[in-house]
Amino acid sequence: MASTRRMVLLGGTGALGALIVGYALWPSGRIAKANTLDAKNGEQFVTNWIKIATDGTITVVVPHCDMGTGIFTALPQMAAEELDADWSKVQVEQAPPEPLFANGALAEGFVLGSRNMSDQSFPAFMRGTVSNTFRTIAEYMNLQVTGGSSAVRATGVYAMRIAGAAAREMLVKAAAARWNVSVEDCSTANSRVLHKASGKSFGYGELVTEAANFDPSSRPKLKAKSEYTLVGKPIPRFDIPKKVNGTTTYGVDVKVPDMLYAAIKISPVFGAKLTSVDENAVMNRRGVAKVVKLDDAVVVVADRFWRARDAVAALNPVFATGENDKVTSASLRARHDAALKGPDLKSDVEQGDGVKALANGKVIEAVYNVPYLSHAPMEPMNATAVYKDGKLEVWSGTQDGLGSRAYCAKIASLDFGDVTFHLLQSGGAFGRRLPGQWNFLEYAVRTAMAVPGKPVKLIFTREQDMQHDFYRPNVTSRFRAILDKTGMPNAWVNDYTTDDNPSAEAHIAYAIPNQAISSVKVATHVPTGPWRSVEASWHGFFVESFVDELAHAAGKDPLAYRRALLAASPRHVAVLNLAAEKAGWGTPLPAGRARGVAIVESFNSIVAHVAEVEVHDDGALKVRRIVSAIDCGMAVNPDGLKAQIEGGILFGLSAALHGAITIDKGAVVQANFPDYQMVKLADAPEVEVHVVESDAALGGAGEPGVPPVAPALANAIFAATGVRIRELPIQDVSLAKEKRQSAG
Amino acid sequence: MSIRLNVNGVSHDVDVEPDAPLLWVIRDELNLTGTKFGCGIAACGACTVHVDGQAIRSCQVPVGTVADKQITTIEGISANGLTAVQQAWIDHQVPQCGYCQSGMIMAVTALLKKNPKPSDEELGAVITNICRCGTYPRIREAVRSLAGTKL
Repeated sequence: MASTRRMVLLGGTGALGALIVGYALWPSGRIAKANTLDAKNGEQFVTNWIKIATDGTITVVVPHCDMGTGIFTALPQMAAEELDADWSKVQVEQAPPEPLFANGALAEGFVLGSRNMSDQSFPAFMRGTVSNTFRTIAEYMNLQVTGGSSAVRATGVYAMRIAGAAAREMLVKAAAARWNVSVEDCSTANSRVLHKASGKSFGYGELVTEAANFDPSSRPKLKAKSEYTLVGKPIPRFDIPKKVNGTTTYGVDVKVPDMLYAAIKISPVFGAKLTSVDENAVMNRRGVAKVVKLDDAVVVVADRFWRARDAVAALNPVFATGENDKVTSASLRARHDAALKGPDLKSDVEQGDGVKALANGKVIEAVYNVPYLSHAPMEPMNATAVYKDGKLEVWSGTQDGLGSRAYCAKIASLDFGDVTFHLLQSGGAFGRRLPGQWNFLEYAVRTAMAVPGKPVKLIFTREQDMQHDFYRPNVTSRFRAILDKTGMPNAWVNDYTTDDNPSAEAHIAYAIPNQAISSVKVATHVPTGPWRSVEASWHGFFVESFVDELAHAAGKDPLAYRRALLAASPRHVAVLNLAAEKAGWGTPLPAGRARGVAIVESFNSIVAHVAEVEVHDDGALKVRRIVSAIDCGMAVNPDGLKAQIEGGILFGLSAALHGAITIDKGAVVQANFPDYQMVKLADAPEVEVHVVESDAALGGAGEPGVPPVAPALANAIFAATGVRIRELPIQDVSLAKEKRQSAG
Repeated sequence: MSIRLNVNGVSHDVDVEPDAPLLWVIRDELNLTGTKFGCGIAACGACTVHVDGQAIRSCQVPVGTVADKQITTIEGISANGLTAVQQAWIDHQVPQCGYCQSGMIMAVTALLKKNPKPSDEELGAVITNICRCGTYPRIREAVRSLAGTKL
């Protein structure tokens, strides 16, 4: 059947075990090109993403980076499962940053398939990649983006499974042809094709050359879940052994012969131009090679990083002044409050009588706020670049190798083909390394072009990293509701600020007859970007806190209240029930301790957390335990899934308890970990993760663990103290006994 | 001026200022990049190495103060194969991005050599390294599994 790639992608359903129509597979001409780009001696591509060597080694080529989420193991599991591969012969490789290995079409189909595409429903994790409209979706084609918790549910389902199954069919055809038997008489297991009647068999390595000559099917037969032997198993990750002995090469570790180092001082007020700097102040320092003046920054290039760092710290660059110099967190909040009362609110959801329904009862109102947050991955932003004879070569850790290559070409005004990009391991990312936030690439490329012929490694100090991030936005959200005679919500009215378009994450799964949800755009000069779980990170906190307030106002148990409101959503109820049961919801706790619950659906996964806190009379807070349940369809790698939810919980916990980037005089106040505090081992609660196997379409794992953390915690604190947390971080709210009345 | 450093049992003469940070000398002069830069102010522990058996945060140590001392980095903690701590990290699938784990392993190794069976409280009091991926629950499990193991 002839169809466009988009139609092929959209023709399928994501449910495991169901018929899935894959991303159009390469015709044989493209396989030949892939072999020249990425195959070593003795190995060759059989179909997209899968190379087999004559010795039987199977290499799964993954068009993503693994930031530590385990997808470089989970995706090969999915391919190897359909291929009937011997796991001991499977390895993984990162796809080269070449258009042939783009995953843009996967992301495109995934986006189009999961939402009605418009410039308003564009998922935030992709926003930096394109010009934010449907028209420019062609720009997707040159992406290898890793984000939106999409690797397993998009690439895994639409690429890895299809490629594995198609390759298996080609290997069977090759064996059947050699034996001159029908393919129906052949079976596969453990990297071998077997002919039952004769007892003969061939290893995949013996068949690969002939198999690669067949055209792959984009509709191969896929296994039923009951036939799985690899998917669903907690297979150890490939990358871990090199991460315990220090041999993984992260971006910051790359070594290029004759390399220089660079340190940067960027204008504290975002976007302010460099007006002057006295470079003579540092030119006589040991090792200093050059002071490079950029549009809004000054860079020192030296023979060693610490010399560059100390020299740039000694410079006193002058940056242009402007209106933004007056901006403070308080002035931004005043803008939010004014916008929420102003005429620019734009309706997103209107159901039943909407806002008019508020006239029918006593209005319960609350205003919530979350601050800006920095991503602060452990590896500060860095990139190494050399510009020589009109060609550019760049090394860095980003969340999109192919897009990074195109971006560097654009910055350098070079052709794509004149740029080489080496995508290296990221020491954490959490959204920071997605397209749209590549200031480190831009500064590194411009620095390299100022010292042609010399490789330069530019490393942000932690202070520059924290003060020149693209932040999780500061958002204010106002709720109004009325309850019916039974205490259940009758009207739900929510107005919130945004620096972007309305978010689907503000929509609620709760059955409430009258709803009105509106947003208002508030522009600021503070750059923002996707931060692990994006809009769900704030709307999850707002919605799940306010629903808790309504349960309290109705005098009902918050768990029972949610169950009643979700009665039409059995998957949500099952997740709530599992988390509650495992956490011992309703069982007595010692004095000062209490539990709180929250449930958020994000990235097609449903996650509920039950937090158990202990609050002392002096206000000291201890988070003792977080019990989580997730329904993401099925766990492709159960241990990897648990690790992601555990990690999401700790990430959400640091943010809820301590995280705040504040603005003063137009610049970020916080500079390093002491003033942007992280949860450490001593404060890490016991964490339990339980999985609901629902057989629904696969959901994401990297992000959905984050959103329910803050509300579960805030709801537990309310249950323990009567203090309702409406502003994050929690550390700014006094929980001391004598303060509790006024705060409540 | 040259400073003599003993790192992982090998002697090196490095031509650097005495106030150069040990971290950057290890990484950029000796090419031992397993030791990581995280914060530059000894707040995160990614740069932890052993100096005469003590865990220290190398980003704040002037190289001149450790001349002639025994410095061990992640590359030097195991003569061959893996240490019990490294093996426990694999068994419990601890690392995610892995960037902080060299420092974690160095800090935990130094602790366990002094206190082979730390309580959770003792562990939390000593190991104050930051992990942004949130591997703390697995670190705790891995250390619990090592209780009493001779390192």
